[in-house]
Amino acid sequence: MEVRVQHEDFDAGAEIARMRLARRDTGAVACFIGQVRDLNEGDEVALMTLEHYPGMTEKALQNIAEEAGRRWDIHDALVIHRIGELKPAEQIVLVIVSGAHRGEAFAACEFIMDYLKTEAPFWKKEQTASGERWVDAKASDDKARDRWHQS
Amino acid sequence: MQTIRILYFARLRESLGLSGEEMPLDQALSVQALMALLAARGGQWQQEFDGCRPLRAAVNQTLVANGSMIHAGDEVAFFPPVTGG
Repeated sequence: MEVRVQHEDFDAGAEIARMRLARRDTGAVACFIGQVRDLNEGDEVALMTLEHYPGMTEKALQNIAEEAGRRWDIHDALVIHRIGELKPAEQIVLVIVSGAHRGEAFAACEFIMDYLKTEAPFWKKEQTASGERWVDAKASDDKARDRWHQS
Repeated sequence: MQTIRILYFARLRESLGLSGEEMPLDQALSVQALMALLAARGGQWQQEFDGCRPLRAAVNQTLVANGSMIHAGDEVAFFPPVTGG
């Protein structure tokens, strides 16, 4: 399980290939990419700034990836999250999970994203035509995380 | 003197105009008690820490409930609900 928090962009294709070729018993690689949208709550977004809590953010991501490894029979997981200033259509986050079969890989990938969105200390600030604003947390994200409590 | 380190992030940091501070700590206290101390500073501090706005707390880089205890040497952080991903 590897996590990276970085300013630089990432190459999803290269990371997927690396995970795919790492083990010959890997039969499935699930991947999620999040990117900056140019529109949020009706306003055009010109720039997004991502702040984090150095130290805790990395620790939280590591814990989430390891928890996914305990819950599902997967081979490996990689989480890359960018920080700093990002423009619309730039990549924000990458999650890749490898395993023997797709079911476990898909589930673990979704679990990691749902927990990342609600537990990992990142904060988004948007620049729109009417000024800067901090993005509010969504109740739907809490719900998405909470459904994993039952399983 | 024994102290704790307090960190503020994102909207909270901007509202308070402060990213962090050292605070003397004679004896352990709960997160809730620390929030009451900070709210008592008045102005923006009261608005942010009076419990009306959603706020999360971490002690030594782990999310905690408001009843958790803080001891000398701890790193405490306050921040709004997270919005990454």
